[in-house]
Amino acid sequence: MGHIALKKVTKSFGTTQVIPPLDLEINDGEFVVFVGPSGCGKSTLLRLIAGLEDVSGGTIEINGNDATSIPPAKRGLAMVFQSYALYPHMSVRKNIGFPLKMAGLDKAAADKKIEDAASVLNLTDYLERRPGQLSGGQRQRVAIGRAIVREPDAFLFDEPLSNLDAALRVNMRLEISELHNSLKTTMIYVTHDQVEAMTMADKIVVLRAGYIEQVGSPLELYRSPANLFVASFIGSPKMNFIEGKDAEAHGAHTIGVRPEHVSVSKTEGLWKGKVGVSEHLGSDTFLRVAVDGFEPMTIRADGEVDIYHGDTVYMSPDPTKIYKFDAAGQAL
Amino acid sequence: MARAVSTRRKLFVTLLAWSIGIAIFFPILWTFLTSFKTEAEAIASPPSLFFFDWTTENYAEVNSRSNYGLHFANSVIISLGSTLLGLLIAIPAAWSMAFVPGKRTKDILMWMLSTKMLPPVGVLIPIYLMFRDTGLLDSRLGLVIVLTLINLPIIVWMLYTYFKEIPVDILEAARMDGAALWSEIIYVLTPMAVPGIASTLLLNVILAWNEAFWTLNLTAAKAAPLTAFIASYSSPEGLFYAKLSAASTMAIAPILILGWFSQKQLVRGLTFGAVK
Repeated sequence: MGHIALKKVTKSFGTTQVIPPLDLEINDGEFVVFVGPSGCGKSTLLRLIAGLEDVSGGTIEINGNDATSIPPAKRGLAMVFQSYALYPHMSVRKNIGFPLKMAGLDKAAADKKIEDAASVLNLTDYLERRPGQLSGGQRQRVAIGRAIVREPDAFLFDEPLSNLDAALRVNMRLEISELHNSLKTTMIYVTHDQVEAMTMADKIVVLRAGYIEQVGSPLELYRSPANLFVASFIGSPKMNFIEGKDAEAHGAHTIGVRPEHVSVSKTEGLWKGKVGVSEHLGSDTFLRVAVDGFEPMTIRADGEVDIYHGDTVYMSPDPTKIYKFDAAGQAL
Repeated sequence: MARAVSTRRKLFVTLLAWSIGIAIFFPILWTFLTSFKTEAEAIASPPSLFFFDWTTENYAEVNSRSNYGLHFANSVIISLGSTLLGLLIAIPAAWSMAFVPGKRTKDILMWMLSTKMLPPVGVLIPIYLMFRDTGLLDSRLGLVIVLTLINLPIIVWMLYTYFKEIPVDILEAARMDGAALWSEIIYVLTPMAVPGIASTLLLNVILAWNEAFWTLNLTAAKAAPLTAFIASYSSPEGLFYAKLSAASTMAIAPILILGWFSQKQLVRGLTFGAVK
């Protein structure tokens, strides 16, 4: 069981309110990702759920029980920190076994659980090492091992991959997703990386300045962003926004077109522009195009396209995939 | 040419450093040498540095006149006792100041330090009277209490500095792992702070061992530590330099040896946080 409900939760540090009244429901077994730019309150929100910070108002319910004033140790949640936060003076075995020791489990049962976790996480050969003797990826696995042995109601991840290099990050992302598939435990994952959010989440919560901008599945957010902020935050490269008469033609203050929804041609199209930077990746080609009267547009074309810096190109948006926003930035 | 200048400079700095080192060490060396002289040679002028009739009669005399074992045991009990008691109080105090600071934490730390700026003699009479009325005069317990209080600000300050270096994430991880407050302090914080705690312990044992004001004023015979043992050889009837030196040598030798073997730990401890 791992059902978590936040009801009118607020958090202030001194006179600064970082979380205005906020309601959120996380269902059992869901993989929920909190995403937003730095300083949006996503980590604070996670720490409120963990109990590492006290709420300034509102209640937090875990499995239907009011957990607002229960200390972190008793909430039945496990957390993986950005810095791994391993105990440097303990071996891997003792690190993973620490929650079990705190729970008063006897040694034989604890050893069995530690070894099971180690074999799932490929740490069997490293059980007697200290964290200082491990690589970043191994340390991250130990941190995850420490979280899974206690069979928590929910896992909390606070930007767990941001200290890893790019290749390892992709691997660990897959491992965490596989872990979720096999454990089916609720996971709450904080990241500023929208790619991590899109690839891992069942449900994404987009936050800005403590406010929830939108909650939905990755593709819901991609297909129907509620406002300009979500539209620009979800999707990579980011959506192009156009104001003025092109927008008015669609009855909107601003229209948005994703880079992958624009076709590009050397001969004809709706908008004429000049290519600034062209990035040829083989699988895709990204073009940065300067268009008169617009912000520079980013275009993604499939495969290899024979367009380079300085070329003049014509672009046409897919008319079925134009996003419309009003003057307040809300989707129409 | 550059190399020649730098060699000369190195030679100069080396000589200077050695001179200062020897000058600082000289009183201890002189005491040590004097302890092997006769009383007549000890006050001879000009004094002889190494060439005199070496004798151990001062040590024999000092040993027969005083109970070195008792004073030594008192010193050990008082210095270790006050340090351990101090650590017991200071670890939780430093924990709360380092990890859950309040608005007044800095003020409290400064206030604690300010008590060290008060001349001890200023509170001698009230403390003496309190000790007299509670029967703590000339008791080991009394000295353990007073030295704990004297050194507590330093212990708290040192531990506070070490604890500040420990990433708070790790303590939070312990909380998430189900550790209650005391488990967090015992299983996570203390082991991680062991180097810092060890330096604090060493430094405070040394400070307490050498403390002479309170130990001399609050003891007579039973609880008198080695400081009182030395003082008993500087009497109004006249100074006996050789015997005084022998007593001093015997009193400082244990702590000097302890300091020698733990100097690496001490230096690391004292520069902790200052040099990263």
